[in-house]
Amino acid sequence: MFVYMDYNATTPLREEVRLRMIEDLEVFANASSMHEAGRRARDGVEKARAQVAALIGARDPQSLIFTSGGSESNNTVFNTMYDLGRRPGGRKKIITTAIEHPCVMNAAKRLADEGFHVVFLGVDGQGRIGLEELERELDPSRSAGGATLLVSVMAANNEIGTVQDMKAIAASAKAAGALVHSDAVQAAGKVPIDVAAWGLDYLTLSCHKIYGPKGVGALYVRKGAPLEPLIRGGHQELGLRAGTYNNQGILGFGLAAELASRDLASFASRLLSLRERLKAGIAAAVPDVRFNGHPTKVLPNTLNVSFPGAEGEAILLSLDLEGIEVSTGSACASGSLEPSHVLMATGVGPELAHGSIRFSMGRGTTEAEVDYVLAQLPPIIKRLRRMSTVPSSACADA
Amino acid sequence: MSDTFQWLYSPIVKEHFTNPKNVFDPDEKFEGNAEGVVGNIKCGDQMMFMLKIQDDRIADVRWKTYGCASAIASTSMLSEVIKGMPIRDAYSIKPSDIAKRLGGLPENKIHCSVLGDKALRAAIDGYLDKNGRSGEFKGEDAVVICNCLNITDKDIEQAVKDGARNWEQLQAATKIGTVCGGCKPRAEELLHEFVHIYGD
Repeated sequence: MFVYMDYNATTPLREEVRLRMIEDLEVFANASSMHEAGRRARDGVEKARAQVAALIGARDPQSLIFTSGGSESNNTVFNTMYDLGRRPGGRKKIITTAIEHPCVMNAAKRLADEGFHVVFLGVDGQGRIGLEELERELDPSRSAGGATLLVSVMAANNEIGTVQDMKAIAASAKAAGALVHSDAVQAAGKVPIDVAAWGLDYLTLSCHKIYGPKGVGALYVRKGAPLEPLIRGGHQELGLRAGTYNNQGILGFGLAAELASRDLASFASRLLSLRERLKAGIAAAVPDVRFNGHPTKVLPNTLNVSFPGAEGEAILLSLDLEGIEVSTGSACASGSLEPSHVLMATGVGPELAHGSIRFSMGRGTTEAEVDYVLAQLPPIIKRLRRMSTVPSSACADA
Repeated sequence: MSDTFQWLYSPIVKEHFTNPKNVFDPDEKFEGNAEGVVGNIKCGDQMMFMLKIQDDRIADVRWKTYGCASAIASTSMLSEVIKGMPIRDAYSIKPSDIAKRLGGLPENKIHCSVLGDKALRAAIDGYLDKNGRSGEFKGEDAVVICNCLNITDKDIEQAVKDGARNWEQLQAATKIGTVCGGCKPRAEELLHEFVHIYGD
C-alpha cells in the first residue's frame, strides 16, 4: 500500500485542473498581446484572477498579482518594506513570529542585517502568538524600535497546523498604524480566508498546496497599500510583477482555487474526522506520545506527534519502507543540525523535536489509509524505542 | 516493502538499519564487563556500547542508540567489525572505515557515524580504568572537543592539514560548533595551535 501523508509539502494535481491545463497548452499567445489571440489568452488569466480572489474574499480581483509562488510573494512584501523603511523618517520596525516559513524568516533577517528592528514574537506551547505581547511590541512607549512598519504573521503553520487569530492580530496592527501581511500558503483551501474581514494589507498564496501546479503563486495587495516590484520589466500585473504570463499555471491556479472554495466545508469536516481517527488511533496504540500544536485552532489535515525515545528520521525511513510518506522535525532529516524551529519555539525541547513526525492528509486520504498507518506505526516505534538509549518516559513530560 | 526506487542510503545501510546486528536486548541477560555512553540527545543522537572483553579481545558486543538510520546502521556495522578484535586495534577504528564498509554515507551524515567509535573507546577506556591500566592506549585516541557533533582534536588537526586556517574554514570543513557553540574557545585554541604547526 502506498500512503501519501505529506500534503503540506505539496499536493497532487487535481484531475480537473490537469485537464484544464492540457487544454490550455494549445493557447500559445502572449496574454499581453493586443491581437485577438492575445486577448483570448488574457481573458483566461483574468478569469483565473477572479477565481483566486474569491477564495480569499478579495472583492477586487485586481488586488491580486500572480507570482512564481509563496516565496516570491513573501519576498515581494519584505522587499517593499526595505524600500519604505529606508525613506527619510520611514518606520523601521518589523514584527513577525518565531514559527514562520524560512522564506519569511530569512527575508526578515535580511532586513535586520540592513538595520531594521526585527522582532520574532514567541508563541505559547500550542503555537499561538500572544496578543498582549504583540500590542506591547506595537507600542513604542513600551518597547524598542520605534513605530512598527509591518506585522507579518502566518495564518496557519505548516508543521504543527496551528491557526492564528488573524482578525485580532490585524486589528491591533492597524490601530498602531502598521501594515499587515499574512502568509496563508497552508491556510488556503483548508480554513476560510477573508482578507477584507480580517483587514489585511497583504496575503501570500501558493498554488501547489491546493492541488494545482507548482511554480505559481499570488500576492494580495489591498488597494492603496504600497508595493515595490521585486521583478522589474514590462507592464504585466499593473507593473507590479514583470514577466510574460504563465498562462497554463495561472489557469490551473484559478480552477484549483475555485474548486477549493467550493469544497472547503466538506473537505474540512472530512479531514477533521480523519485527523481525529489518526490521533485517537495513535494515542491508543502507542504509549508515551505527545501531540504538538493547538488541540482545536488547527488545520483539519495536520497532525504533529512526538515519539520520545525514537528519532524522527529513523521513524520516517521506517514508514517509508512500508510505503507511508510523512515528514519530520528532526535535524537528521533536514540536512541542518537543528531540529524544527517551530517545535522549539513551542517549547517542546530538542528531545521531542528530534522525535517528531508530521502527518499531513489531503483530498486523497481515506479511512483505510489511516488504518494502514495505525497498523504499521506502533511496531516501528516499539522497535526503535527498544534499541534506544533514551527511555521514552524520560522526556514524555518535558 | 517498497523497492521500486533506490533507497536514500546504500543497500548495506538499509540492511543494517532494518536488521541491525548485536542490539542490546534486556531479556537476553548479556554479561558485559565494559560499557561506554556518548552523545547527547539534545543533538539528536546518543550511543551506548557494552563489551565482553576476554584476554584483551572483544569476545562479544551489544549496543543501543537513539539516532537516525545512518547512526543505527554505522553502529550495527561497527559491532560486527569489532567482534573478536584485540581491544588495542578496536581502539583505533576510524569512522571513515565504517562509512566505507557501509558503501558510503552522504556528506551530512558522516557525523552520525562518528558516535559509534567514540562510544566504543569510552567502553574500552572504562575497562582499562577498572583494571588499573588507565591511559594505556593514550596517544592513540582522540579527544572530543565538540560534544554535539563529536568532533575531536584529530579532526581539527586534519582539517588544518587540509588547509583550514581560520574559524570559518574550520567550520566549513568539520561543522564544528554549529549546534551549541560551547566548544568554540577550546576549538579556537587548538586551531591556533595546529595552524602554528602546519601553517605556511
